Amino acid sequence: MSFETNPLRDPRDRRLPRIAGPCSLIMFGVTGDLAKKKLIPAVYDLANRGLLPPGFALVGFARADFGTDSFAKLIKQAAKDGARTPWSETVWKQLAAGIRFVPGEFDDDTAWETLADTMAELDELQGTGGNHAFYLSIPPGLFPVVVSQIKKHGLAESSRGWRRVVIEKPFGHDLASAEELNRIVGDVFASESVFRIDHYLGKETVQNILAFRFANGMFEPIWNNHYVDHVQITMAEDIGIGSRAGYYDGIGAARDVIQNHLLQLMALIAMEEPVSFNASSLRLEKQKILANARPAARMDLHTAQAQYVAGWAGGEKVRGYLEEDGVPDGSRAETYAAIRVDVSTRRWAGVPFYLRTGKRLGRRVTEVAVIFKRAPHQPFSKNDIEELGQNALVMRIQPDEGVTLRFGAKVPGTTMEIRDVNMDFAYGGAFVESSPEAYERLILDVLLGDPPLFPQHEEVELAWKILDPVIQHWRKDPTIDTYASGTWGPPSADAMMARDGRTWRRP
Amino acid sequence: MEIALEKTNSSDIAKALVKARSAAGSPAMDMVLTLLVVTDDDNVSEALKTATTLSREHPSRVIGVILGDGRGTASLDAKVRVGESSSGESILLRISGELTRHAESVVLPLLLPDSPVVVWWPGKPPAVPSQDAIGQLARRRLTDAEATTSPIRSLNAVARAYEPGDTDLSWTRLTPWRALLAAALDQSTGTVTGGTVVAGSGNPAAALLVAWLESRLGISITTRRSDTPQIASVVLRTDEGDVLIERLDATSCHFSVPGSSPREVPLGARSLAELLAEDLRRLDADDIYQETIRHMLQETP
Repeated sequence: MSFETNPLRDPRDRRLPRIAGPCSLIMFGVTGDLAKKKLIPAVYDLANRGLLPPGFALVGFARADFGTDSFAKLIKQAAKDGARTPWSETVWKQLAAGIRFVPGEFDDDTAWETLADTMAELDELQGTGGNHAFYLSIPPGLFPVVVSQIKKHGLAESSRGWRRVVIEKPFGHDLASAEELNRIVGDVFASESVFRIDHYLGKETVQNILAFRFANGMFEPIWNNHYVDHVQITMAEDIGIGSRAGYYDGIGAARDVIQNHLLQLMALIAMEEPVSFNASSLRLEKQKILANARPAARMDLHTAQAQYVAGWAGGEKVRGYLEEDGVPDGSRAETYAAIRVDVSTRRWAGVPFYLRTGKRLGRRVTEVAVIFKRAPHQPFSKNDIEELGQNALVMRIQPDEGVTLRFGAKVPGTTMEIRDVNMDFAYGGAFVESSPEAYERLILDVLLGDPPLFPQHEEVELAWKILDPVIQHWRKDPTIDTYASGTWGPPSADAMMARDGRTWRRP
Repeated sequence: MEIALEKTNSSDIAKALVKARSAAGSPAMDMVLTLLVVTDDDNVSEALKTATTLSREHPSRVIGVILGDGRGTASLDAKVRVGESSSGESILLRISGELTRHAESVVLPLLLPDSPVVVWWPGKPPAVPSQDAIGQLARRRLTDAEATTSPIRSLNAVARAYEPGDTDLSWTRLTPWRALLAAALDQSTGTVTGGTVVAGSGNPAAALLVAWLESRLGISITTRRSDTPQIASVVLRTDEGDVLIERLDATSCHFSVPGSSPREVPLGARSLAELLAEDLRRLDADDIYQETIRHMLQETP
């Protein structure tokens, strides 16, 4: 019985959670960090909250050389360490019944035959009914071999049930490689079966932005170039690159964060109201923005990039990027990137979007700040409003999701003195089990086949078209600017803003 | 910060609230609703603790109302608390004497401006919640038949008095069962022709479950008594075989649908705070609940 015809379901019945149908999740790279720290705990938490279907199976495919038992142990440890919800042996027992492990190299045909047999066995015993999701938690370099093996062994299609594939960012490292990746994946899976996950951008966040923008009447009239001066989108991390040198050094901050996360946020902030919140209308509006966005013409003046050097960050003495383990001598990978993006639409012409991201910055924060123009006339003396800045509306995305509104107010006292004040709203904390963690919602959406907020390849490619010229421009210069760890970036980033007569917000 | 007031009135309580808020260092409010908890001396501390836990998900002003002895002169004592491990603020009102018949006059000036009001009776509810003086201030009224001495009678009484905005927590307790049953029918393709619910006698959630299944599926459900007080199992007969969900222990149940092998799945009991949190997520009328109790009353005149 499908969701629509089930007599026990009713759109008015909003208490009932959606539980995914019977299916399996087949994870590649299951021994990796991401799988252990995020994916497996999220699967356990979903199971604990009763949101996984009865009959759910988890299959691990990895090169490591151990049997199903030691694999189950590894999963159990990972789930125990990372779970958000209390540990329950019962839940674990139920989950464990559906765990399988397939050891082997990705190019080893016998291992793939074992996987095919395992899937058939699960359909039979666990009742997964031919529904399987492949989760590629592996470096992009391995995608071609894994995807072509999936195809070769006929695992991507079946007479019953669905097949889906999940890929994590980065979606390529430039336009050409993104197109190549899409060609490889698209050759095997239909585009609606490909789920591109950006774990920075949880569904909750996207829905909060949509609700804020389109459920309210008072913001829409000022959401344009008549009132908005500029927009600053920031994702700052206080940590360094840790043990990820191998991945990070070839990628850099811009491709790691701006291409997917910040440009997606920009599209959500700038897009017109979609005619509905279904997958295609939402995507259509985001694509219009991305197609009309360009980096500033003078990239030497309106971009900045830098690398962190040793310093004191948050009370700890930390190493510089070049001293991190595994970073090659003289690397010029940027750990800080800032760019100006101009969106040529009637609504946004003349309103620059400043995007910045970096490691080892002042604190961990992601936010979107919409900075408004000053009032056209101030009936106060210059002295009175010396401390009055521009009004701002800040959507805080993490760590404490909420909204801040900044405006001027009179300082109490006999003199007329106006100063900026902040008004704050915080979304409720996550205390009950039902408040979802980003990965849980992502996995659940994949299993439910609910793709609205996942970008499709058009968006990915449009985003590369914005970023590629900037990267090419940066590559011309063999040297790179630096900034001390624990600060808010290099002087060149401040100079870039100063050229436009603006300054960065301290988030 | 906590401020105690004796022989006081609403405007002094409101002043104390502002003072406590300033003292806590954050004069701004970002509360989304007022939660009124009408209870007695025995249950007040537990109920307020639950309500404060709840305000971590739904930042709220919690107003506990203790209606004391109705005889004697009117008297109002209050305790105001802001901060201290809760994200909202709470007021405890102890009302006695003639004032117990006019408690709403104390509460009305203390409601958050222009935001929803929810009232929760953790124990015995008034005869007609929506007509109750305090109930009238609220758009959502939560009763708890299970917490009364005769749950079924109590559920029938609130069902007969139903007005949009009422729900009983027995209905909220039922959500995990309903979710599993709906999931079972997502998978099974057969038409349901009959069913059985096995539950302890006098269980209001079971009564609602039977009424829900009957009204949704258009069939009649037989009930059997179990030794345990909870819902023990549900069977739905379909063309293709039986759907069976049977509670195994406090945290899990046996789940089988035609066409796939049986499984154990989690089915735990939820805390009162979690139940209330579910209810506060929606502040409009619950149509499905209304249809269910209407059906229940038709069957048990």
